[in-house]
Amino acid sequence: MRRIQVLVCSGTACQSSGGERVKRALVEAVADRDLLEEVQFVDTGCMGPCELGPVVLVYPEGTFYVKVRPEDASEIVEEHFLKGRPVRRLLWTEGAPAPREIPFFARQKKIVLRNCGAIDPERIEEYIAVGGYEALGRAVTAMTPEEVIAQVKRSGLRGRGGAGFPTGTKWELVRGGGSPPRYVVCNADEGDPGAFMDRAILEGDPHAVLEGMAIAAYAVGASQGYVYVRAEYPLAIRRLETALGQARKLGLLGGNLFDTPFSFDVEVRIGAGAFVCGEETALIASIEGRRGEPRPRPPYPATCGLWGRPTLINNVETFANVRHIVLDGPEAFAAVGTERSRGTKVFALAGNVRNTGLVEVPMGISLRELVVEIGGGVPAGRELKAVQIGGPSGGCLPASLLDVPVDYDSLTQHGAIMGSGGVIVLDDSSCMVNMARFFLEFTADESCGKCTPCRVGTQMMLGILERIVRGAGRPEDLVRLEEIGDTMKRASLCGLGQTAANPVLSTLRYFRDEYEAHIRDGSCPAGVCPNLVRYEVVSEACRACDACRRACPTGAAQGAPRAGPYRIVDELCIRCGACFDTCPFEAIRKLPRGGKG
Amino acid sequence: MTKDKLLERYPRSPEALLALLHALQGANPGQYLLPEDLALAAAHVGLPLSKVHDAVTFYSMFSLKPRGRHIVRLCSSPNCHLAGAWSALEELKRHLGVEVGGTTPDGLFTLELTSCLGACGVAPVMMVDDDVVGNLTPEKIAATLARYREGR
Repeated sequence: MRRIQVLVCSGTACQSSGGERVKRALVEAVADRDLLEEVQFVDTGCMGPCELGPVVLVYPEGTFYVKVRPEDASEIVEEHFLKGRPVRRLLWTEGAPAPREIPFFARQKKIVLRNCGAIDPERIEEYIAVGGYEALGRAVTAMTPEEVIAQVKRSGLRGRGGAGFPTGTKWELVRGGGSPPRYVVCNADEGDPGAFMDRAILEGDPHAVLEGMAIAAYAVGASQGYVYVRAEYPLAIRRLETALGQARKLGLLGGNLFDTPFSFDVEVRIGAGAFVCGEETALIASIEGRRGEPRPRPPYPATCGLWGRPTLINNVETFANVRHIVLDGPEAFAAVGTERSRGTKVFALAGNVRNTGLVEVPMGISLRELVVEIGGGVPAGRELKAVQIGGPSGGCLPASLLDVPVDYDSLTQHGAIMGSGGVIVLDDSSCMVNMARFFLEFTADESCGKCTPCRVGTQMMLGILERIVRGAGRPEDLVRLEEIGDTMKRASLCGLGQTAANPVLSTLRYFRDEYEAHIRDGSCPAGVCPNLVRYEVVSEACRACDACRRACPTGAAQGAPRAGPYRIVDELCIRCGACFDTCPFEAIRKLPRGGKG
Repeated sequence: MTKDKLLERYPRSPEALLALLHALQGANPGQYLLPEDLALAAAHVGLPLSKVHDAVTFYSMFSLKPRGRHIVRLCSSPNCHLAGAWSALEELKRHLGVEVGGTTPDGLFTLELTSCLGACGVAPVMMVDDDVVGNLTPEKIAATLARYREGR
């Protein structure tokens, strides 16, 4: 073992901020000083704090460097690798060089993400070195399929893709769903805006997913599996293909695994940009080469799935949990979490939050712990307004509900859902009506058009929301929104339509006054909706530079150069925001129309 | 590679359809599907042409119109929106001189919007072909497009 290990994150986010260039610079700097014999480089999956990328973790002491630039390489090698002094200016927090001392990491519990950011996902040897494929070996050589299913049931694992169906029960249904051939499908069509946990798992620990699938295949009696990945994730697809090739080569996929009669292989199927394919029956249609349209259930895929055969469909994170249940036992798994939500959940934190990125926490911790303590809260000077959880099927919870525990049932009870785990933090600069409109625009666009409630309902709701943010809302609109939403919930064919109204219904529930301000007063309290704001010059900050007057297309910005503060005449203003964007001194502010500054 | 050679790499079964369409589309310089591609695919996987057309028009990543050599996809999801995706869009439109869906006259770029790219930690994000580019600023947009213009 070499003296120093340098782990460089090679996830999508860090790569996009130049992670590969940083690694090349580090390797060069190490070579320049003849240290190649002493330093080992490892490309890992996502370490979590994506906005701080590229991130580099140096062992044995575990120094965590953030926002590393290629120019920093020589200094790191010279000061740290040679002289043993970490480069302080590149640490996340001054006093805490190691991840275990940083609250962002210390509050997490990594089970699914244990290998993510710790091993090279493109080397099966590293996965095997940390116990990889041991669970599969144990399952197929020492357990009956029924025993595997019993363990998964006892663990209390529920589907991590959204609906939270008990995983063990699903496996049992597939096993009893009809004679072979049966199939196992991994749903990696992660499409919820703001969700990226499945991408990170596939990029950072692809073998964990394959191993979970193989164990599931043994349990349900399948010999062929498919991973359906969205085409927007090229790196995940590449790593998955690499992992598949390596596993086949070592005989961990293919025929007669572990010298038993059990055979299992996996193929990758790539989507083509249709969100609805994340719905299981649509996904099946897409794998079969058809339009990805859902069909009514029952029959469920457990009895009538791919090519009409019994098919198990689980999500990426669900499969990644399986090996831990087999290895550590269902009791150990169930010891984490709450009564009805066992284990951990991976969340993708984003939006107006300090620490964006990927975190894994025990189920049942409060939203406050997740967003404020781990996420670091909203940026300075702002107030937390709401947390959008569950994406376009989920809802917005207000800051007053921060103590709600994050588990399947509590979230549903308050009008949100666990969903796939996307968390969007919103501060007081966000307009909730506009946010709801945004999600509806998405679902209206992604609705496949097969069933009327969803096809027409999303368009009707979107029309009303667009009217409200334009300032042309009508008093009866709110009741209309609720009526249409209720109909969609009850009458739509699949989950997309059944949940599409949630972002609207939950914001109506908690932020009704904001909708009313838009309709009644023609005012957007957050100052977001362009038609419902007014612009004002902050006299003290104005330098009378004339930039706003020149930018203004209607002559609403008035004044003379160097002759005292300018002003904006509201009657002439068309609210284009040109003055606001142009002002070099931030001397123009947006206020809710009709409101006082 | 000729299209016949390309076809050989895919099983003669409907389940190969999407992968085959991706490959045929990528083999055309304009990154789109020609009418004869649809016919080839239909014959190869054993589906009626209508079913192939049906699938092609359903999925947003297939195009029946010629596109640029590079596809620039800007993420239009809420996280990117909160991080200023719309100014990035204005910047892209200004640089490329096209609207969303348009192709530059030199045939180099097509500008599209996409749903979430799953890189919200570095929002706003765009993808040029298979490369994800995050933390978009006017400078980064200009530099990225310049790099592709120079063919690097």
